[in-house]
Amino acid sequence: MNQAHFDALIEADERIEPDDWMPDDYRNALVRQIAQHAHSEIIGMQPEGEWITRAPSLRRKAILTAKVQDEAGHGLYLYGAAESLGTPRSELLDRLHTKTQKYSSIFNYPTPEWADIGAIGWLVDGAAIMNQVPLCRCSYGPYGRAMVRICKEESFHQRQGYQIMLSLSQGTPEQQAMAQRALDRWWWPSIMMFGPPDSDSPNTGRSMAWGIKRFTNDELRQNFVDATVPQAELLGLTPPDNALVWNAERGHYDFGEPDWDEFARMVRGEGEIPDVRIGVRRAAHDEGDWVRKAAAAYAGKRDARSAA
Amino acid sequence: MTADLLTHVLRQGDRALVLSHRLAQWITHAPTLEEDVALANISLDLLGQARHLFTYAGEIEGKGHDEDHFAYWRDAAEFRNPLLVEQPNGDFAVTIARQVFHDQAALLYWESMTESTDATLAALAARARNETAFHLQHSAGWLIRLGDGTDESQRRAQAGVDAMWPFTLELLGADDEGALRADGLIGGSIETAWRAAVAGTLLEAGLRTPTEAHQRAGGIHGTHSEHLEPLLEEMQQLARAHPGASW
Repeated sequence: MNQAHFDALIEADERIEPDDWMPDDYRNALVRQIAQHAHSEIIGMQPEGEWITRAPSLRRKAILTAKVQDEAGHGLYLYGAAESLGTPRSELLDRLHTKTQKYSSIFNYPTPEWADIGAIGWLVDGAAIMNQVPLCRCSYGPYGRAMVRICKEESFHQRQGYQIMLSLSQGTPEQQAMAQRALDRWWWPSIMMFGPPDSDSPNTGRSMAWGIKRFTNDELRQNFVDATVPQAELLGLTPPDNALVWNAERGHYDFGEPDWDEFARMVRGEGEIPDVRIGVRRAAHDEGDWVRKAAAAYAGKRDARSAA
Repeated sequence: MTADLLTHVLRQGDRALVLSHRLAQWITHAPTLEEDVALANISLDLLGQARHLFTYAGEIEGKGHDEDHFAYWRDAAEFRNPLLVEQPNGDFAVTIARQVFHDQAALLYWESMTESTDATLAALAARARNETAFHLQHSAGWLIRLGDGTDESQRRAQAGVDAMWPFTLELLGADDEGALRADGLIGGSIETAWRAAVAGTLLEAGLRTPTEAHQRAGGIHGTHSEHLEPLLEEMQQLARAHPGASW
């Protein structure tokens, strides 16, 4: 009966809500995906947050602060969506801090130059939008609704990132060179954000059937390349891929094969940056422990006083 | 008079910018995600106030300088912020104590400035007053929670209050702005109102109001603590590496 109702909702492309019966596998797959997304939002605050104190103009400083603030807000909605499936934020943060759950490995690349902030907005947020817009139709209601708001904000971020790249590419020769270096650094990692090729993506079939996922990795990757190459041309910048060429017959760009070995290394969390990212998170959490305890103690006293 | 007004506007703009920068340093390090959002929000409001004030400073000065000139191309000795706002963040209790003292002074200041005879400052004050009222609600709310929370939080809150208290007198007005006051450009002293309001917050938090310890001042005249220079160095480095560039 329960299973039949669930199957009927999925079949009719309707939303599953927190109180609806759902199979354990569906619930677990969603918690895993939403948690990884939430973790990615809050870890993603770090590489950009490092540049707030160094932003080269007050306008850019304000835009970047607002962006990083949005990411904290996205983390909050997403942890809320996961809580509606019965897993509290504190538990998910513990899993992040103990590395038993992952975040997007894109945030394990360094941001040595200001132009990286532009490239992240343009490419990384651009790729994230491609991945996330279909999730607005996710079968699980709270996640789909959170994604609507997140995608709206992400598209601002993408435009702001592109504006940074535009200013640099129209700027001094040093600024132009900085923009090209950032594109060189972020092109392939962004291409790999869509995950492994379909031939090597074990969860895709089930996630598509359940309406958690709407397009395959390779479909989204192609959309991203098709959208991004003309944008790079407009900037006068060249993506670092010799195989990149317009294929009139397919109506798409052909492009080279990413370095999947590097992708695997990044997903495994090799290198120094993952420890830095988790270290910052854990330190914030541990050093904030007395503050959270104080807030809880105060709330308890206040409730006791108002009950008396 | 123009020189006095310029100094006054820069004092306010520098105060807002430097405190905005300090709060931005909390982002990704806050005790909860909600506080990451809140501190970023307050930082952004202060940055917005600073930008308006610097733009106005450029108009008063009349040399064609924009907001970024005042933020990025002046050295520490040219900054006119009170010492309080350049003090390092410390733990969350230090930050909150600094913020309560600041927000209370800023609220009284902006309230008085809504009646300034300077139309630009009066218009800015109308908005800044509302923003600052929210900031004070946030900071005073936290000071009360920390003071009336656990033994540890009370101890830390008192330590934060004691550490920031020596920088408070400078917040309460400059001794060289009599001419501006006489012309109605700025309001009267906020000292009595500030002392009463802060004493009330500390009382509610169960914290002791420090007795008049040795007060430190000088920031509003350009004599800063050792903490401002590294802050500016980080902030200005990239902009100064590319003179004339636009971003």
